[in-house]
Amino acid sequence: MVMSETADSPLANQAQKSLEHENVEVGEPKMRARDVDVYYGSKQAIDGVDIDVYTEYVTAFIGPSGCGKSTFLRALNRMNDTIPSARVTGTIELDGEDIYSSGMDVVQLRARVGMVFQKPNPFPKSIYDNIAYGPKIHGLAESKADLDKVVEKSLRRAGLWEEVKDRLSDSGTALSGGQQQRLCIARAIAVDPEVILMDEPCSALDPIATAKIEELIDELRGRYGIVIVTHSMQQAARVSQRTAFFHLGNLVEYGHTSDIFTNPVEQRTQDYITGRYG
Amino acid sequence: MSVSTLILLVLGLGLAGWLVARSRAAMFRRASGDGRIASLPVYHGWYAALWIVVPTLVFLIAWSSISEQLIIQHVLASPAADGLPSFGMQRETLLSEARAVASGAANGVFNQDAAPLIEPFEEAITRYSIIGFVVSLLVAGAGAGFAFLRLKPDFRARTRVERAVLTTLLIASLVAILTTLGILVSLVFETVRFFSMVNPLDFLFGTNWSPDPMSSASDPDGSRYGAIPLFWGTLFIGAIIAMIVAIPLGMMSAIYLNQYAAPRVRTWVKPMLEILAGVPTVVYGYFAALTIAPAIRDIALSLGVSNPSSESALAAGLVMGVMIIPFVSSMADDSIAAVPQAMKDGSLAMGATQNETIKRVLVPAALPGIVAGIMLAISRAIGETMIVVMAASFAANLSANPLEAMTTVTVQIVALLTGEGSFDHPATLAAFALGFVLFMVTLVLNIIALRVVKRFREAYE
Repeated sequence: MVMSETADSPLANQAQKSLEHENVEVGEPKMRARDVDVYYGSKQAIDGVDIDVYTEYVTAFIGPSGCGKSTFLRALNRMNDTIPSARVTGTIELDGEDIYSSGMDVVQLRARVGMVFQKPNPFPKSIYDNIAYGPKIHGLAESKADLDKVVEKSLRRAGLWEEVKDRLSDSGTALSGGQQQRLCIARAIAVDPEVILMDEPCSALDPIATAKIEELIDELRGRYGIVIVTHSMQQAARVSQRTAFFHLGNLVEYGHTSDIFTNPVEQRTQDYITGRYG
Repeated sequence: MSVSTLILLVLGLGLAGWLVARSRAAMFRRASGDGRIASLPVYHGWYAALWIVVPTLVFLIAWSSISEQLIIQHVLASPAADGLPSFGMQRETLLSEARAVASGAANGVFNQDAAPLIEPFEEAITRYSIIGFVVSLLVAGAGAGFAFLRLKPDFRARTRVERAVLTTLLIASLVAILTTLGILVSLVFETVRFFSMVNPLDFLFGTNWSPDPMSSASDPDGSRYGAIPLFWGTLFIGAIIAMIVAIPLGMMSAIYLNQYAAPRVRTWVKPMLEILAGVPTVVYGYFAALTIAPAIRDIALSLGVSNPSSESALAAGLVMGVMIIPFVSSMADDSIAAVPQAMKDGSLAMGATQNETIKRVLVPAALPGIVAGIMLAISRAIGETMIVVMAASFAANLSANPLEAMTTVTVQIVALLTGEGSFDHPATLAAFALGFVLFMVTLVLNIIALRVVKRFREAYE
């Protein structure tokens, strides 16, 4: 599919729609990445990336497989620390504070910058305990009643409460794939983070479950800064207001989603979104 | 003609059949034009060779035991055998001496009475070896004939050979199963004999263990065969003291190796831990009896315990616990490693520390595997013999004091079977009953553990 006029493509139409509700007051960026490089051993996976993440926007990272978008996402809450050979340079700030500085407590950081993974990974515990896990370890609930409230609130925000309220003691792994993923989102919400990183959250789900998650992402926007990595350009166009296109470890283009899909500056972006490679 | 030459001959025939069948099949192949036949020539070769070798070998195995009887019968029927004593050692000696000379294993007889038997033996051996030779040739020929009759271009020798391989593999695996069954049957048999002399209730629930091999075998005193002190000693040493040592140390070393150790440390420490499992248990036995037991007694003395035993349950249990560490740790290690990385990432991404992640996510998720490992370790510990034989005592005490001397089921089995005991006496047969109980307990533990592990594997696959 090769198009000369990108503005006519369905992608562009979707992006145009998301543009309509983009007239919001934008404050300071929640997270600010400057000149970030990520290495695995001697191999450079990310080269000089600058990005701002806003609470008011959903930010989508798109790009072909292996372009480094997931690697960069994992740099935002230092999940790369779990890979011994990974090394990050440059600065990434959360509310102006460098998250790679020695003063930053990585445990606290991850409580503030939560993460949802590609494959739903509920713990092999009850639904209740899955949600209560974070509040318990961070001491967010004073009493059992408090904890109950947090669990209910998180499940409600994740749109899962009505489906599971009568079986909170069932195992989280017994839910369907889509429910499991919403459980994981609820689990992330339960520790009241400021930013939620989502690494291809719908790639293991069917279209109906995907639609629910996308709806949920839209509802969560404004309360949490949301960054989503996705392989689906339609999804990026539907849910995000900012889009970053990665290619071979470089950030090729970053801007308003509508601009990226209707009027990309770079030839490579245009080629990718029109399906010429990727 | 000896059996070994016959076997060589049969193998030679098999090789000949292999070559002939293969070349014939190769001819079919050339004749067929497009070079496609149902099976490659080599499979036809194997098919023929198997039909020649297998029936003949089966016959030879059967024949070697039958011909033995036939030879003896022939000799006994000869007039020279009339002078033999009617039974006993003397008769056996004479027969085997004459036989040794006749088959060429000895040059002459030591006992002159055996001399007249040599000739009938020579006669019989020659006759039956000729018969055996001829019949095996016939069997081989029949097998070859059958195989060659079926040798046609469209014959699926390939699937037949495949089936023969399958059968071989099946038989190999059956050997282990049948051996287990055989052990069980013999145990059950002797156990039933024991229980016909001693009431099972006395045995299972009595608290006094002092079998007396000198007492009358026909009217045993059931109250002396109460095995509760043995069961208690076994559990106390193997399942309690040893596990108090092995579970925490094994778990902690597994967690360290799996979650914290740098790869270089792991490559060194893990094999060293596994060496512990390879130390012969008799060496642990020395260590327990000569080093740990006296040390424990000295410590107990210095703490003011009067007259502590030099063969304490504690010494045997502690050393056994050390022996079991690698079992617990390697099972725990495998189970923790089997928990998907996604689970760990999920917890870390919630802002949990590594320790919290291990405690609240990894270990609970791996728990079924860990429990199974512990059960396997217990079943090994209670069946362990050498350490307790050397370090625990023979005195059957029913006590919860780890400094007391205690005995175990395995120790008593050794004690009952080593010695001059008669196999008709309940004091000896009790060993089989004890062995049977032990076998059943470890079997049940193993079955439960294996099922748990299986469930656990399914949960993540």
